[in-house]
Amino acid sequence: MRPTSRFSLQLNRAELSWREKLWQINWSLIALLTVIASVGFLTLYSAANGSLEPWAIKQMIRFGMGITLMIAVAVVDIRVWIRHAYIIYAVSLVLLVAVEIKGTIGMGAQRWIDLGFIQLQPSEITKIALILSLARYFHGAALQDIGRPTFLIPPLTLVLLPIALVLKQPDLGTAMMLLMSSGAIFFMAGVRMWKFGLVLAGGLGAIPVAWQFLREYQKKRVIIFMNPEQDPLGAGYHITQSKIALGSGGLFGKGYMSGTQSRLNFLPEKQTDFIFTMYAEEWGMMGGVFLLFLYSLLIAYGYAIAMRCRSQFGRLVALGITSTFFLYVFINTAMVMGLVPVVGVPLPLISYGGTAMLSLLFGWGLVMSAYIHRDTPIGRRGALDD
Amino acid sequence: MYHDNDRAKMFNRRAAMLAGGKTALAGALVARMYYLQVVEADKYAMAAHDNRISMRLLAPPRGLILDRNGTAMAVNQHNYQVRVIAERAPSLDYTLDALSQIITLTDHDRGRIHKEAKRRRSFVPITIRENLSWEEVARIEVNAPDLPGVLIEVGQSRFYPLESLGAHILGYVAAVSETDLTGDPLEDLPGFRIGKAGVERIYDMAMRGRAGASSVEVNAVGRVINELERKEGEPGVDLTLTLDMRLQEYAAQRLGEESASVVVMDVHSGDLLVMASTPSYDPNAFNRGLTHEEWKDLSTNLRSPLQNKAISGTFAPGSTFKLVVALAALEAGVITPDQTVLCKGHMELGSIKFHCWKKGGHGSVDLNGAIKGSCDVYFYEIARRVGIDKIAEIANRFGLGVPTGIDLPNERPGLVPSRAWKRHAMKQPWHPGETLINGIGQGYCLTTPLQLAVMVARIANGGHKVVPHVARDLIVEKAALPRSVPDWGSCGVSQKNLALIRKGMFAVSNEPGGTAFRARIEQDGMWLSGKTGTAQVRRITMRERESGVKKNEELPWKERDHALFVAYAPEEKPRYAIAVVVEHGGGGSAVAAPIARDIMIEVQKRERTRTADREKSPGGAG
Repeated sequence: MRPTSRFSLQLNRAELSWREKLWQINWSLIALLTVIASVGFLTLYSAANGSLEPWAIKQMIRFGMGITLMIAVAVVDIRVWIRHAYIIYAVSLVLLVAVEIKGTIGMGAQRWIDLGFIQLQPSEITKIALILSLARYFHGAALQDIGRPTFLIPPLTLVLLPIALVLKQPDLGTAMMLLMSSGAIFFMAGVRMWKFGLVLAGGLGAIPVAWQFLREYQKKRVIIFMNPEQDPLGAGYHITQSKIALGSGGLFGKGYMSGTQSRLNFLPEKQTDFIFTMYAEEWGMMGGVFLLFLYSLLIAYGYAIAMRCRSQFGRLVALGITSTFFLYVFINTAMVMGLVPVVGVPLPLISYGGTAMLSLLFGWGLVMSAYIHRDTPIGRRGALDD
Repeated sequence: MYHDNDRAKMFNRRAAMLAGGKTALAGALVARMYYLQVVEADKYAMAAHDNRISMRLLAPPRGLILDRNGTAMAVNQHNYQVRVIAERAPSLDYTLDALSQIITLTDHDRGRIHKEAKRRRSFVPITIRENLSWEEVARIEVNAPDLPGVLIEVGQSRFYPLESLGAHILGYVAAVSETDLTGDPLEDLPGFRIGKAGVERIYDMAMRGRAGASSVEVNAVGRVINELERKEGEPGVDLTLTLDMRLQEYAAQRLGEESASVVVMDVHSGDLLVMASTPSYDPNAFNRGLTHEEWKDLSTNLRSPLQNKAISGTFAPGSTFKLVVALAALEAGVITPDQTVLCKGHMELGSIKFHCWKKGGHGSVDLNGAIKGSCDVYFYEIARRVGIDKIAEIANRFGLGVPTGIDLPNERPGLVPSRAWKRHAMKQPWHPGETLINGIGQGYCLTTPLQLAVMVARIANGGHKVVPHVARDLIVEKAALPRSVPDWGSCGVSQKNLALIRKGMFAVSNEPGGTAFRARIEQDGMWLSGKTGTAQVRRITMRERESGVKKNEELPWKERDHALFVAYAPEEKPRYAIAVVVEHGGGGSAVAAPIARDIMIEVQKRERTRTADREKSPGGAG
């Protein structure tokens, strides 16, 4: 039995032509992404005291590359992604281990592999690979399967392996993001609520144990987060200055290119992790709310696509990517506003940095692919039908 | 056929829940933003302002010090300093090497510069040397291209052109020490100097002026980005003293090598025209920084050059004290001017013999004769009659034993004993014999030269409690207001009795047989009336008295008598009071009186030219 919809006549076939695919690309989604990225360009231009160098111009080029990559990802048949989900996952794990080995040989916490033209962060790939593989696993599961506790052991393993590796780096922020975006997928797949409650309770109980495993600087960050004023010139400096910048921006901001905190370098990392602070110092609460509104539109777009997908895989991928994106936005802005500890998560599409930009746009490419192939029937293991 | 309607329904339900959760979180973000950017906005705006704006103080020029004729006593000089900005030099050593070709740099200097360079941020200038000569400045400027990072700055430093003259009144300035901090922001300026002694200290706050401020925008590491606002400070108040430096110079010359002090004051206004204390010191040395040897010389010199003897040196007043003893006796009514006392050269009280300075005795003397001849026995007798407490009361009213209230630091109160004082300070009862000893200004009595001048001034001006001062104007906060002659208040003695004392003083200086007759002034209208004093500083034993009292010249300096003389002039219309104390100088009539005479002549001569000037140009400053 084939479902009937207005589009089904054209789109529920196994293969779509290139022309059809291009026609289906969500140009409005691309426009929205471009608007958000442009806020970033403007802010980076201001961060450099009114200069395209050194940040804004590079960011524009990366965004151009990212959009191209996104479209390329979008037009790839979604069944290619489901078929290769586990392979991608395996590759990302190997890369994580490679970084770990390289980091041990090298010095300190190294999180990337230098490919010459780009510094590849395996943890960024892991974020997408984990979503793809979880989506594939739950795609092949009926609702009654999910009720069986043993059924959840493989996906939990999928989640915990990379988390363990990332924690080893140590990258607490990425580990939290992996955990939470996986949680969203488990939730969407229909895992019972009480199981989440159980995990949450267990997690809270494990905090004292986990505390022992935190590095000294991580412990310090958490302590400083609790009371940043205790050390205003030391570790609390970042967050204190960030709050001063935000607060002094007021309702309407100090005006574009007039943020004193950022221009005089009181604000640390103004072009990367603390770019939201700089933006909100210059544009005020109005600007901040406007940017959050743009992000909300994008996330709502992701939800709409997810709910429009006929395949569980498409739904879970779209929602998983969207949730990861949401987490980026939330953790970053909450961090600069002193709501959560400083964990080093960039503001998506706006913070200066190549890998995050490319991996995020890769992710939105998958969401778009889910949209283009929303009516494509997908078999249990990614075959056309079974 | 694979079908998943159930899963889609579940998905949609859960999607709605998740979206709800995310909306809640987004709401939290907006709420937080509202809290930071609206509720707490003012607080953070202030914090951002504090971050950004840094106030740099601009030191105002210190007020000048002038004498009553406008002669500069303390001025500000340009002080050329060479500084280096480490970050503008390729290396600090390179620049210092190049600089040492031009000016001398000691290894000590280099060590200090390197230490400072490590401590300060690289854009902060470090002083290499201060007080450069013009020639050195020129050589550095010419070689500027070879001296990267070097700059010449002009600071201000205090200079006392008259050097040691009036040094004790001026005081000096020096770097702020921990105990001097008052919270004035100027005190934080590097190189800021404050008054440490003399009028530099007493009027320090007024002479400092008000700091100007330049508000500058700084970045996170403290580098100045630009100047936003500049408010010039207010220069310090110029201080005009009552001293006449020409008279001061004359007095200092006249005192010569002696360890001595002269005070000349206006008996009506309290203006001090001369306050000399010898030997003196050069206050410029303190600003420059004393070497160890210089400090040792100054601080261990027996003649204490650092002490202002006029207010900090206390001496037994000797016979000059007899003026208040006589006044006390007259006031108490225990004598009349005509009553006589027979002086046989000594007087006995109980088993103790009290000697007069005149071995054979004065014979029968009345009040006038006793003052004129300074008869000790007469004053033993009247002191015994009036008692020490009444003497102390009158002495206090005439400024002895209490601070005069002069506008200079470190004034000593001296001491006039009383029964209560001895009971309190020494826990012993008063012996009647002590009344006699103190009745001739020996014993416990201690006075400063300034107090003696005040005593004479009050006798001369008709019993008005004149208070001396060195600042011509009244300094209130940071302004100088013209001083009007206030109603000083009365010493509470009868004019008749004061006239009797003055008559005695007249006899001392102007009648044959007076102890200072040889040191009289003969010029018309300048006659002075005075009282000699010779204060013994050692005990004369019975044996010595029998074998003949040693002459001063035979004694070591430290054991010689103090020579004192107090006087006022002109005799008919008193205007000036003088006190001369020559420490271990010998006899008052032989040593102190001639000095006082010469200075009083000079004072009155100067006054005549001043008066003549004033008459020529009405409205001119006096």
